[in-house]
Amino acid sequence: MTAETGSGAEPRRGSTGAEPPGVRTGSGAEPRRGSTGAEPPGVAIELREVCRDFRRRRTSLTQPAPVVRAVKDVTATIGRGERFGIVGESGSGKSTLLRLLCGLDQPTSGELLVEGRPIHDQPARRLGWLRQRLQLVFQDPMSSLDPRMRVRDIVAEPLVAQGRHEGNRERVVELLERVGLSADVADRYPHQFSGGQRQRISVARALAPGPDILVADEPVSALDVSVRAQVLNLIDEVVEAFGLTLVFVSHDLSVVRHVCDRVAVMQRGELVEVAPTEQLFAAPEHPYTRSLLAAVPDLHQALAGRTAQDLAAGVARRGPEPGGTA
Amino acid sequence: MTARPVETEAVADEHAVLSVDNLSVGARHTPLLHDVSFTIGRGERVGLIGESGSGKSLTALAVMGLLPEGLQASGDVRLSARTPARRNLLGVGEREMARVRGDGMSMVFQEPMTALNPTMRVGDQVAEVMLLHRTQPSRAAARRRVVELLEKVDLPDPAHLARSYPHELSGGQRQRVVLAIALANDPALLICDEPTTALDVTVQATVLDLVVRGVEARHAAMLFITHDLGVVATVCERVLVMYGGRIVEAGPVQEVFADPRHRYTQGLIGASDLTGAEGRRGRAALPTIPGSVPPAGRFPEGCVFRTRCAHATQRCETLPPWVPRGPHPAGETAYGHACVHPAGGGTT
Repeated sequence: MTAETGSGAEPRRGSTGAEPPGVRTGSGAEPRRGSTGAEPPGVAIELREVCRDFRRRRTSLTQPAPVVRAVKDVTATIGRGERFGIVGESGSGKSTLLRLLCGLDQPTSGELLVEGRPIHDQPARRLGWLRQRLQLVFQDPMSSLDPRMRVRDIVAEPLVAQGRHEGNRERVVELLERVGLSADVADRYPHQFSGGQRQRISVARALAPGPDILVADEPVSALDVSVRAQVLNLIDEVVEAFGLTLVFVSHDLSVVRHVCDRVAVMQRGELVEVAPTEQLFAAPEHPYTRSLLAAVPDLHQALAGRTAQDLAAGVARRGPEPGGTA
Repeated sequence: MTARPVETEAVADEHAVLSVDNLSVGARHTPLLHDVSFTIGRGERVGLIGESGSGKSLTALAVMGLLPEGLQASGDVRLSARTPARRNLLGVGEREMARVRGDGMSMVFQEPMTALNPTMRVGDQVAEVMLLHRTQPSRAAARRRVVELLEKVDLPDPAHLARSYPHELSGGQRQRVVLAIALANDPALLICDEPTTALDVTVQATVLDLVVRGVEARHAAMLFITHDLGVVATVCERVLVMYGGRIVEAGPVQEVFADPRHRYTQGLIGASDLTGAEGRRGRAALPTIPGSVPPAGRFPEGCVFRTRCAHATQRCETLPPWVPRGPHPAGETAYGHACVHPAGGGTT
């Protein structure tokens, strides 16, 4: 395995075919500058009219169970190396969409392709390659790390799951150092770390199989502001260094604005607006996007005199709040 | 720090609703809060910010007399509500405290699901607080008032909603019910402990608006705890910055956020400001505060922030004195900082 930190080895191009798992791991791809400008060719994730229905509990003996369409005709393309944000309120279908993207759930209809390969109709046992290409960082670092496993085993688990047992020890140390932890933390347990450090461990675990796509589900919403900045910097750093495609889900618009190149706004299962970040924030087109932006309490605007009443007024213009925020 | 108590006492008698003086809280061998002093006047909205583990919620719990078992509080907490209380609330018994809680002062908690009783209709829960404190003459009168209160917090069809159970409501609706309970007896002091952290932004906006309107209508004092600086700046007039169980900086929101003095405040603002003053900051690395909040009782002696501060020197090993920044009607604890090498302004 090559040394991690050096700018490195092979430039990663559109090879979607199977590569031996050991080759890429550990080698930092060449740092990519200004991901907006030089969009690398190729598509990382493609969604075609993806729908996901859930059946609710039957309410009547004579009628069929009511159906909730959690994700409705979502069509989107996420380019290779892009930083794609998904925002929406709770209940908007963000998490369902994310589960579909990661192959943890199957769509009711529609097609879903990751690096050109379909994942919507594959059983989990045929998605081994996806687990290597696409990795996840979850919201709550408390519950996404097994409290009974040592950090060493947590970080190595994606490798073990793919049948790699050789050289994991060195790889773990390399990864931990990459995310700003020292090598001696490998023997500790998750409870010995603070929230920010746990999230670093999660990032290290996600990087272990050398993925192309990093999916982050609200990775900073459980963290304090100062730690949030550290973790955002870390994600930015690894995405840059390894040339990853980032799918970043958050309910916090200011975080998404900071992190992403392009943002999709989700409401009631639909993507109501997809636009480059600056365009979306400067000139939101959809009324829902507008009300969402109006509701964000911002330090600078508040100091300029925006009150809680103004925030609420921006929301009220949209009309009554949709049911179910819990 | 030595000059503080005298000043606050004088103000406390004037118009202060809550005056906290040298409040310290600790477990057996672990001190958790040190010499926390502040006053909140009638109609004043004060924010309390800091990272988790800095002692914000503990301050609120100590004021409410809700400290968990095993923690002792010392100092002086006075509330002048219906009666201009001359008693130190830390000294009175649970029976007395129960009479003050929900009447003279009340609290809105972070988790609306756990704050409400799942087995009781929400209307009854709002009525309960009025019946317990005998602020409504009868059950029927209380019920009428409940509908009124629920209407005030913008809940649709309040008469019908009063008969529903908490699980039937959304997060935002539940938090409105909690707010209605807190405001039912027109408290002189409302303490909000991260009331909107669990809510979506749009719901947060409406709840914040309701909180401010409710407090303004009663001309009540408010202590608003949050870690979201944008929320504090929107809701409050004055802010207290807390770290390691001490108030390290205080002052009007405008001054503190635009021109922070304490290095901790400066770091917090830098780390939370994702957009920058003129829209987007670009993808430069965010300024961070190195390290993380030490666990309770492991804060350093002297300046509590010095282990994470880039400017720390030997002088920081002794406790920095409180430096008033200017005159403030609520006394010198209301506007100043405790840092020996302050940021900004060019002055010391």
